[in-house]
Amino acid sequence: MLSKSQAKVFFLGGTMLSFAVFLGMSWNSMSKEVPKQTHEENLTAQVINGKKIWEANNCMGCHTILGEGAYYAPELTKVYDRRGEGYIKAALMSKTPWSPRGRKMVAYAMTEQEANDVVAFLKWVGEMDLNGFPAKPDLKK
Amino acid sequence: MKYKSQKVAYWFFALSMLLLSLQIVYGFIMGFAHMGYDNLHSIIPFNTARAVHTNLLVVWLLSGFMGAAYYIIPEEAEKELVSVKLAYIQLITLALVGVVAIVGYHFNYWEGRKFLEIPRPLDWLVVANVLTFLGIIIMTLAKGKKRTTTSLVLTMGLVFAALLYLPGMIWFDNQTMDSFFRWWVVHLWVEGVWELIMGGILAFLLIKITGVDREVIEKWLYVIVGLTFISGILGTGHHYYYIGVGKIWLIVGGIFSALEPLAFLAMALFAIAMYRKGEKKHPNKMALSWTLGTAIVSFVGAGLLGLAHTFPAVNMYTHGTLVTAMHGHLAFWGAYAMIVFAFISYSMPNLTGRKMYETTSGLLAFWLSNIGMIGMTAAFGVAGVAQVYLERKVGLEFGEVQKEIEVHFFILVSCATLFTTGIGFFIYEFIKYGRPNDEALIANQE
Ligand code: HEM
Ligand code: HEM
Ligand SMILES: [Fe+2]
Repeated sequence: MLSKSQAKVFFLGGTMLSFAVFLGMSWNSMSKEVPKQTHEENLTAQVINGKKIWEANNCMGCHTILGEGAYYAPELTKVYDRRGEGYIKAALMSKTPWSPRGRKMVAYAMTEQEANDVVAFLKWVGEMDLNGFPAKPDLKK
Repeated sequence: MKYKSQKVAYWFFALSMLLLSLQIVYGFIMGFAHMGYDNLHSIIPFNTARAVHTNLLVVWLLSGFMGAAYYIIPEEAEKELVSVKLAYIQLITLALVGVVAIVGYHFNYWEGRKFLEIPRPLDWLVVANVLTFLGIIIMTLAKGKKRTTTSLVLTMGLVFAALLYLPGMIWFDNQTMDSFFRWWVVHLWVEGVWELIMGGILAFLLIKITGVDREVIEKWLYVIVGLTFISGILGTGHHYYYIGVGKIWLIVGGIFSALEPLAFLAMALFAIAMYRKGEKKHPNKMALSWTLGTAIVSFVGAGLLGLAHTFPAVNMYTHGTLVTAMHGHLAFWGAYAMIVFAFISYSMPNLTGRKMYETTSGLLAFWLSNIGMIGMTAAFGVAGVAQVYLERKVGLEFGEVQKEIEVHFFILVSCATLFTTGIGFFIYEFIKYGRPNDEALIANQE
């Protein structure tokens, strides 16, 4: 039967091995995959500013992006393709709560420039290579 | 209770109960918002309610873990805590940082990153607070007479949890990198180091409740935490499928995360086997129920419901839908809320000297909260599956689908009411126990 010291070796050995492999794979992802799949060359100052605005207002507290966030409001990864620039800017610059189909969005009343930055951020996100996510609705007629 | 300083645990549990109550209030706000009654929107918009709900959850669980550690470490190390005064200061500052963060969320003061909304300046206070806590625990262990496996596993879990908070504090320009490291905190916490904390607390409870030989229990503890890390570390890959990193994660993440339920299965089998094997039948029936309960419900909520959407082909459709919320609720409840409840149920008679081992309100607390939470999970699940089908398969608009599934949130709120009644009974019991006192200090009391 397994002894306590063998069990300890299993724990410590397994942990160190797994962590080493994980670090290696993470390094590979960060240095090789991320720059290519996210088109880092397009990560302009405007996009970065858009991300700052995105975070400062906790947009992820209602929406998902890359499938992460909350489930109160729509997935925004591909929103640039879906709705286009005009629609998004109207929602961001609105001075009264944007409220399609009962769900309420905070009235951010952003300036034109802030809205442009967020749009640039969403456009950049939409161009990422996400291994096929989001899937095409395959039952759509 | 054998050591005077263990009494400090009580106040951490009290803070836990308080924050849990608040968490539930914000849960209801979101439940109603999903039902179509988002009437508080102008004062508490959904993103505020959500940040408060999830952050309170994390803080009350951490407060529960800290309380448990302050109780367990003196007993295992056979030494009073090195500084009780510092422990109280740590408690108060923890509560203060928590309150400031929560209030800030109502005034757009946050960092919009799911679960890690605490703004950077407050992060540093959290770090200082946790370092104080770890200092007290580690110094006590170092000066103590004994260093048991149980106490080492628990301490290791707490130390790693603190270290893993740091990757969440780095700023990245790239959203993918942000997400990549957010999971080092969120995933490696709940599917890694928190399981060590849970395992350590569970082992302590089983030793006390079943009377099975420590060597046997601690041997299996090593096996369980070994399984946890071997599956859970590379299992992080199940969050890397679709965020802008390579396809290799689909394979590695898929395989290793599918093994993660084994650790929870082992935990459940272990608890049941030790209970059967135990000669000693401890009179504290409530502690026993919660202890076996946490082992079983965590397997269902984290293990089985996690497995349900962890394969890449499934996750492609369920990723970021109410299916995730279904799993999130039963997993957090079964694994972490229930272990804290188990520990409170075990320790309160020892801290206060009042032996309320099997009361009606205690039983009601156990059954109502569990049945309510399972009902909530079902409601989220039905809503989630309908959402996935209508939105992601049929291709209907998000908003249209949400209208279709509003009715399930009526069920959610109803079950949440049952759940809340159960929690009410638990808190009622907690209050009835009264304060910890020195009369409860009896050398051989377990
Ligand atoms: C006690 C342990 C666990 C807890 C507390 C927990 C909790 C959670 C939470 C809160 C999320 C949402 C996270 C976010 O979007 O930021 C999540 C996601 C997820 N969990 Fe778990 N989980 C646990 C264990 C597991 C296990 C063992 C598995 C797999 C077998 C699993 C599979 C998943 C998957 C695949 C997702 C991603 C869902 C998505 O793509 O939207 N979880 N979990
Ligand atoms: C009265 C009880 C509760 C109600 C009505 C409730 C309701 C909700 C709702 C509506 C959400 C937001 C989903 C979204 O983004 O749209 C949520 C999120 C969450 N709640 Fe609760 N909740 C309750 C209690 C709890 C408890 C007791 C726990 C933990 C044990 C918990 C853990 C969570 C977690 C982890 C999330 C984030 C899930 C995710 O992002 O996938 N909740 N809750
Ligand atoms: Fe995970």
